[in-house]
Amino acid sequence: MSEALLEVRDLEVYFPIKKGVLKKTTGNVKAVNGLNLSVNKGETLGIVGESGCGKSTLARTILGLEKPTSGDILIEGESILNYSAKQMHRLRRDVQMVFQDPFTSLNPRMKVSEIIAAPLKAYKMTDNIEQRVKELMDLVGLKPEYHDRLPHEFSGGQRQRIGIARAIALKPKLIVCDEPVSALDVSVQAQVINLFEDLQKELDLTYVFIAHDLSVIKHIADKVSVMYLGKMMERSDSESFYNHAQHPYTNALLSAIPLPDPGKEKTRERIVLKGELPSPANPPTGCVFHTRCPIARDYCKENTPQLERKGNEEHEVACFFPIEKGMVEAGSENLLR
Amino acid sequence: MLEVKNLKVHLDTASGIVKAVDGVSFHVKAGETVGIVGESGSGKSVLAHSLMQLNPVPPATYPQGEIIFENRNLLDLKEKELRKIRGNEIAMIFQDPMSSLNPVFKIGNQLMEAIRTHQSMSRQNAEEKALELLKDVGIPDPKSRLNDYPHQFSGGMRQRVLIAIALACQPKLLIADEPTTALDVTIQAQILELMKDIQKKYGTAIIIITHDLGVVAQLADRVLVMYSGRIVEEGITGDIFYHTSMPYTWSLLRSLPRLDSDIHQRLKSIQGQPPNLVDPPKGCNFSPRCPFVTEQCLEVDPSLVDRGNGHRAACILSESEYEERKHEIQDIEREGVEQ
Ligand SMILES: Nc1ncnc2c1ncn2[C@@H]1O[C@H](COP(=O)(O)OP(=O)(O)OP(=O)(O)O)[C@@H](O)[C@H]1O
Ligand SMILES: Nc1ncnc2c1ncn2[C@@H]1O[C@H](COP(=O)(O)OP(=O)(O)OP(=O)(O)O)[C@@H](O)[C@H]1O
Ligand SMILES: [Mg+2]
Ligand SMILES: [Mg+2]
Repeated sequence: MSEALLEVRDLEVYFPIKKGVLKKTTGNVKAVNGLNLSVNKGETLGIVGESGCGKSTLARTILGLEKPTSGDILIEGESILNYSAKQMHRLRRDVQMVFQDPFTSLNPRMKVSEIIAAPLKAYKMTDNIEQRVKELMDLVGLKPEYHDRLPHEFSGGQRQRIGIARAIALKPKLIVCDEPVSALDVSVQAQVINLFEDLQKELDLTYVFIAHDLSVIKHIADKVSVMYLGKMMERSDSESFYNHAQHPYTNALLSAIPLPDPGKEKTRERIVLKGELPSPANPPTGCVFHTRCPIARDYCKENTPQLERKGNEEHEVACFFPIEKGMVEAGSENLLR
Repeated sequence: MLEVKNLKVHLDTASGIVKAVDGVSFHVKAGETVGIVGESGSGKSVLAHSLMQLNPVPPATYPQGEIIFENRNLLDLKEKELRKIRGNEIAMIFQDPMSSLNPVFKIGNQLMEAIRTHQSMSRQNAEEKALELLKDVGIPDPKSRLNDYPHQFSGGMRQRVLIAIALACQPKLLIADEPTTALDVTIQAQILELMKDIQKKYGTAIIIITHDLGVVAQLADRVLVMYSGRIVEEGITGDIFYHTSMPYTWSLLRSLPRLDSDIHQRLKSIQGQPPNLVDPPKGCNFSPRCPFVTEQCLEVDPSLVDRGNGHRAACILSESEYEERKHEIQDIEREGVEQ
């Protein structure tokens, strides 16, 4: 356990809902509602989940930008919650973030070289900033002649490269990537995913990589966690995860992704979930997934499943009736509509 | 049913004339689903909007081409005649369901309005029809939902309402421009199922526009691949996915993150950026990024060549040259991996 670079323990992040003239708190949006995770050095943890399940809130809390309601966040075994201003300053260097929208996260009036140099100046990392900016631009595949250009003169993929260069400038220990390829065009997504992989090897980086798409995660993650309504439904090493996903929600997510293969699409069994995502302000009782779960029983409405090992050492699932291997492929009656 | 002949749509912008649609020909048969794929900016939306002349003029102009729908050239029709066709014979759904619904009117009224614009019907009958449509698109408890406003619906439900409105008059052709791009994957799966069911029930022809080749593989009978304002390949879905003879389509298919890949499998990315439509490259538009590129490609602008079975591809390489070059590229890659 001590080797974990990042550990999140029983994390809850609630946002108060204020109503009326007196701004009385009438309830809470339970954006993150009891999460545990850990990431080892040099590893990539993939986090997936649908819109509003709390992914960005989790990311922001890890960076110290959001205050937890309860729980703890540890970097190299040390809680960041009671950090002094000086320690916080160091945290801002050691943990970096790459955002989904590379455009709004870059200052439109700053030249590329200035954007990348800004953190180097703030942390007085090097005497030769110009040289280091050159190195960084080269690392992320930006041509040196782009040095003086402004963000709007770049395509989405190139802007994301600028964001990545800025994030790696301070040699961080951890990079939290919040949907870094979701806004990119298909043809440039692959370039950026490969860049993340290459930089990890070269610089021994650790990533928390957030996405809503399990196929993107498959190309980059060593471990996968699935979130639903602020909670973790399943977590595992990638091998076991993609080989045998156990949670009904994970199986629904997997079967919802269309394959670029018409033959497979025709014969594929698919779990189509009914209904919509419930609100995190008013999550369902018992298992939060029971309102959409194709195999939920009465028991699931009243009891809350905890993440537990089922068989495999590294594979945990929060479900009373996890799916057995081959059930989806076999088109088990009660699973498929 | 629909035949588009050599259509050009130009957009007059501050930085020059954007050839957003640059000589496109295709057809859609009754009851079939045609997928249009291509990367951002390739002209998919401008093409879709031009079919119903919904591109704002200016900047749009139509310097050339015909859009023949049921023996009429839509480009010759007056606005009044077009309005009769829109929503009645051809319906359209867009990517962003919020902006296409009026926020100040109840869902039920908007649906009934759509029904009564094109069919003379009593209020009561229209309400019954509205209810039936909402049920058809899978809105739970439709009766109480008729009185809701759009903001009370989730994104997936709003998209269902738009599909219901589009279906209100049983159009012959439904044009769906990225109908699921803004939605979560599980909600996307629901909407795609719905579109399949609807086609079965009503026999509507569908043009589905998307950048997601998975969606196309799931829905389409035939596929058009667009690149920089042109159709660069066309064929039945199986031919496009399994027997492409166009370097862009091949590169695109290889670059996709796939659920059926190996863990940590390296993606084969397409180098470079999409071309500038104001000042496109000389020769083939894909040549600056093409792994198959020959000297000739920098000079000659390829036209669509028939490859049999309705399969057409815009590449100057013959099928045997293409195959040979493909194997060379794969050999080089394999050596690279072994080293
Ligand atoms: N500052 C805030 N105040 C109130 N509610 C918030 C705040 N930030 C987030 N939320 C709510 O918390 C929930 C989780 O939001 P979050 O942005 O973490 O989701 P997400 O998983 O990142 O979604 P997406 O995929 O759309 O980015 C949502 O219901 C959101 O509306
Ligand atoms: N109103 C407009 N004014 C100027 N240029 C425009 C306008 N609308 C579209 N364009 C340009 O026309 C080209 C084609 O745009 P279009 O919206 O059809 O692309 P698309 O294939 O639908 O892309 P996306 O996948 O991003 O929706 C692009 O270069 C775009 O910048
Ligand atoms: Mg988010
Ligand atoms: Mg578009």
